[in-house]
Amino acid sequence: MGLLSKKDSKLITDPLADNNPITIQVLGICSALAITAQLKASIVMAISVMAVLAIGNVVISLMRNIIPQKIRIIVQLVVVAALVIIVDQILKAYSYQLSKTLSVFVGLIITNCIIMGRFEAFALGNSPWRSFLDGIGNAAGYGLILVIVGFFRELLGSGTLFGFKVLGDPIEKTGLYALGYENNGFMLLSPMALIVVGIIIWVQRSRNKELIED
Amino acid sequence: MEHIELFFKSIFIDNMVFATFLGMCSYLAVSKKVSTAIGLGAAVIFVLAITVPLNWLLDQYVLQPGALKWLGAEYAGFDLSFLSFIMFIATIATMVQLVEIVVEKFSPALYNSLGIFLPLIAVNCAILGGSLFMQSREIPTLGLAFNYGVASGIGWFLAILAIAAIREKIRYSNVPPALRGLGITFIITGLMAIGFMSFGGMLTGGDDEGKKTTKTVEVKTVKEKTEKELANNTKVIK
Repeated sequence: MGLLSKKDSKLITDPLADNNPITIQVLGICSALAITAQLKASIVMAISVMAVLAIGNVVISLMRNIIPQKIRIIVQLVVVAALVIIVDQILKAYSYQLSKTLSVFVGLIITNCIIMGRFEAFALGNSPWRSFLDGIGNAAGYGLILVIVGFFRELLGSGTLFGFKVLGDPIEKTGLYALGYENNGFMLLSPMALIVVGIIIWVQRSRNKELIED
Repeated sequence: MEHIELFFKSIFIDNMVFATFLGMCSYLAVSKKVSTAIGLGAAVIFVLAITVPLNWLLDQYVLQPGALKWLGAEYAGFDLSFLSFIMFIATIATMVQLVEIVVEKFSPALYNSLGIFLPLIAVNCAILGGSLFMQSREIPTLGLAFNYGVASGIGWFLAILAIAAIREKIRYSNVPPALRGLGITFIITGLMAIGFMSFGGMLTGGDDEGKKTTKTVEVKTVKEKTEKELANNTKVIK
């Protein structure tokens, strides 16, 4: 880590575990749950949020001294909305099917609390470089949970990863299916996303007793 | 009939919290006490009932491809739909401010109970999500858009009321320490969502045959539409 001082690298590693935006700060849950039925959609969502959060953090941090205190929410909304429109247009141009799967949830990045939360808590009071790192770190922590949930839901729900049939073919009965294994279609339904995140929180808090609420 | 169907569908089948996870952040953060949950829920119904019809008008007369026809024939070719995110959020933010000012002036009692929640609502995903779903589901008339806004709000209200009541009671139970607070709330919400899925058969009445035919038709139209849009997109890129 020659490029980053110890304090700066902490900005990236902290949100990955002990200060994770989803499981500890309770930010950005709406989109995290709805699009995790497939691993690919989760990864695209994570990358989109990372782009918006990192760039948005830098922009807000550069303007932090000239934004009037009273209208800062509107200013923040405009910055995020502009960035999200760019992301949405890029997705529509290069990966149209995927942008159909994500449907309104790309637009909902605007009101993703993770973005407003980091703007308010970090970018308004720190230099652009540190804000950039904070944005990358938090989006990575968010993406990590998305990928874990997406991995389990796609593997157990449809027996595939990125659309590849890793467990064998359910119709021709090869691989695991020859032994009588069945896909758990329930994992694809929305309620299971909540329960999987609940279990992740459970595992994380059992390993680190300091995080337990009273 | 159309109205009644949409009303119950938006409350139970497409419930904002349980089917699409909209507004989860405030749902988790403000559901510790029943009284505050009622305040926030009422504010969400109120704001959705105003912003969804307003954004419907905006979508219909400004943003959709060809929507500017009323300005004259030469404007018919414009497609401003890429601006919808920023226009919707601007409408919502200004409406919330306006509502706050008006309510404070004319009904101080209501302001005292709703007031503190109104600023929170501008950045609630449920509000923007309501408008975006209104757009993507192509709701045909203004009346239905209003109906959709109110009904989605009521669905959200029911969800937060239920979870707040459960959380008040669960304080007396012996939950594993690592699950206390956030973890158990997630799992309860998941179980409630499974419960709400049983409403899915409400409107079709379990009529499998009818369901199948409508489904295939839907898939077909969606496919045609995406192909059309794809063709349009490639044209634009060229």
